[in-house]
Amino acid sequence: MSDAVSALNGQTHDGFARVAEAGLRGMVTIRADLDSTALAAALGALGLSVPAKRQIVSAGDTSVGWMGPDELLLLCDYAQAPHLCADLSAALAGEHALVVTVSDARAIFTVQGARADQVLQKLCPVDFATLPVGELRRTRAAQIAAALWRSGPDELSLVCFRSVAGYMIGLLEVSARKGGEIF
Amino acid sequence: MLTLQCPYCGVTVEETELAPGGEAHLKRFGPGSSDDDFEAYMFARKNPKGVHFERWRHAYGCGKWFLAARCTATLEVFGTYPAQTTEPPADLIAKIKEKRPTWEGYK
Ligand SMILES: [Zn+2]
Repeated sequence: MSDAVSALNGQTHDGFARVAEAGLRGMVTIRADLDSTALAAALGALGLSVPAKRQIVSAGDTSVGWMGPDELLLLCDYAQAPHLCADLSAALAGEHALVVTVSDARAIFTVQGARADQVLQKLCPVDFATLPVGELRRTRAAQIAAALWRSGPDELSLVCFRSVAGYMIGLLEVSARKGGEIF
Repeated sequence: MLTLQCPYCGVTVEETELAPGGEAHLKRFGPGSSDDDFEAYMFARKNPKGVHFERWRHAYGCGKWFLAARCTATLEVFGTYPAQTTEPPADLIAKIKEKRPTWEGYK
């Protein structure tokens, strides 16, 4: 077994908010008919449900977010991802569906602190004042695609492609520098 | 700044999250069609000052194509709708006619 490393090895920067590459995280992309009963049953077995439009639902360490009308993103323990992927593939066998482990093709970041929103307000065309807990928003961070959601009190998480992880941490670090607070 | 509601995500997003795809509701003329039809399909585009139907893609969001009706002069958006249709929804046409009584229709 190869020694898995995340895109930036947990690189962290402290400014007026703490920005960090959040290390290894399991991610599985599901492309399927979201009305499928087999999909609902398979997610139900994990304690989850098929998320409604733009929602992200969690059970313990596992979450599943709505990425589009035919796409979900499952977040889980890194080592568990291939197993969950195989289970979901089996559950959706015979349906027009595709389940793929993308853990190593993505990077995940957290922005923490009372002013966490302000770091992203400078980067994303999103109204953070009206972004509720439990909503997953796909958008851009400066020039790259990202998906973000409120992952805890005073914490936002972002997912982007691994190939642009260096660009993302650069954005976050500069945006979070002390003196750059908006209010 | 143009803002459009993605009919799949239901979220109102600004132009920078979208990719433009030109005129909507084009009918394809491929192999076997007449030269005139193919030329018109390939090159001829409407360029109205006023109501225009366009393709847009929620490129930084769900990635899906959708269609939008807007005014090219005022940027007023009349509505957006999914791309799986060959003509604009009747209620949207009615809404535009009410706002632009002299509009000739989308054809
Ligand atoms: Zn969308």
